[in-house]
Amino acid sequence: MNKAGERLINGLVKENPTFVLMLGMCPTLAVTTSAMNGLGMGLATTAVLVMSNLFISLLRKVIPNRVRIPAFIVIIATFVTVVQLLLQAYLPALNKSLGVYIPLIVVNCIILGRAESFAFSNPPIPSFFDGLGMGLGFSFALTCIGAVRELLGAGKIFDMAIMPESFEPVRIFGQAPGAFFVLAALTALQNAIKLSRQKKGKSFEKIGSGCSEDCMNCDKKGCSKRFYDASALQKKEAAPVKKEETPVKKEEAPVKKEEAPAPVAAEAPAKKAPETIVKKVQKDEDEVSFDKLDDLDVVDLDEEE
Amino acid sequence: MDSVKEMLVLIVGSSLVSNVVLSQFLGLCPFLGVSKKVKTAAGMGAAVIFVITLASLVAGVINRFVLIRFHIQYLDTIVFILVIAALVQFVEMFLHKMMPSLYEALGVYLPLITTNCAVLGVAINNEQANYGILKGTVNGFATAVGFTIAIVILAGIREKTEYNDVPVAFKGMPTVLLTAGLMAIAFVGFSGLL
Repeated sequence: MNKAGERLINGLVKENPTFVLMLGMCPTLAVTTSAMNGLGMGLATTAVLVMSNLFISLLRKVIPNRVRIPAFIVIIATFVTVVQLLLQAYLPALNKSLGVYIPLIVVNCIILGRAESFAFSNPPIPSFFDGLGMGLGFSFALTCIGAVRELLGAGKIFDMAIMPESFEPVRIFGQAPGAFFVLAALTALQNAIKLSRQKKGKSFEKIGSGCSEDCMNCDKKGCSKRFYDASALQKKEAAPVKKEETPVKKEEAPVKKEEAPAPVAAEAPAKKAPETIVKKVQKDEDEVSFDKLDDLDVVDLDEEE
Repeated sequence: MDSVKEMLVLIVGSSLVSNVVLSQFLGLCPFLGVSKKVKTAAGMGAAVIFVITLASLVAGVINRFVLIRFHIQYLDTIVFILVIAALVQFVEMFLHKMMPSLYEALGVYLPLITTNCAVLGVAINNEQANYGILKGTVNGFATAVGFTIAIVILAGIREKTEYNDVPVAFKGMPTVLLTAGLMAIAFVGFSGLL
């Protein structure tokens, strides 16, 4: 099971979803008020991730390619509901402190990202361990951030007093703004590491995730965009740089046509026969992507004025 | 009169006091991703107002007449996410056909919102707080207005600070996050309002 171990390490260190890929930021910021909350959220997400990865991988030959995203969502939502009910029954206190963020695991970038980029094109056992590695990496990151915030905001870690009596808790780290500051420091640290590696001549290896690059630094598209052109972006951006690109990406091309009318149609004149639109999508696949969102929009608005 | 007052409190509460991005951390991806220019941010905000208001109305109706009626509230997550994803698709098709000008204006942003976690978050919040259909829709609208306020302000600040001389490691996202943190502090001040 060399492969399984490799997937575990990959999720925990090399492609850590929070520290490296910067995926799933909403829960990362929202529930890390204490180490315990971070750990609870991480483990709940891990459970969903492992099960959904396993089942999507088992069903990968049954699910037709063009309805795969809705199918993924149903599978993920099912396991989220299971986890939610289990938490309500056995850990009501944790369930209460995590609140609305438990059902929101459904829209966590990481889960759909792994389903799309790994589980759908790999056999069950590696997918299982991929989910486990990613989930544990996420839990680890959330616990760390939670611990830092709890330490600075209340002087405790896991409810145990760490700081001496004289320490005056910086309350703001327990509240909403503190989350932004901690994440800002984290991102800056990551940037610094990247820069120093670049200086030494080592290129920072680009990682193909569901989002095709790290979410926070991409600046180009909202995460939800992944539904529409993650595959196209992956092909365009990740393919030249990435070594272990999975073959499925090529098969995804026809699906793209079905799902991506929106960005193209925004540019193209409104009236067009469906076939022409499809052709246009194919042609524009490289041109119309959301990294041009800003410019594109400004042009639109200016024209209207 | 009482209900009007209640509505006003709800609107102020959802849009300012517990701002959806800055204190609940929902919809963070578009908040950070599409806030480079004020124009873009305003377009995104308009689309979000449109979709969230509609989605909370539909989710409220479904909750009232399907989930509660048949006692299957435990299926809420699955039902809501599917309904929202389908709704956004329908809205897109409908606008494309019936109101091309509005579609042109919102078109680019609509697909971005499909799984914006704020949409699902509002639907679930409404359900957990036991808001009725009307109150839920008002809450959805107010939440979306709060999102728009936050994203437009952030975009304004980003436009001003884009060429500032910051430490190299803090260029880009860290600066934006720090800005968002400072904005969050300002919004914490609203909690004295109610």
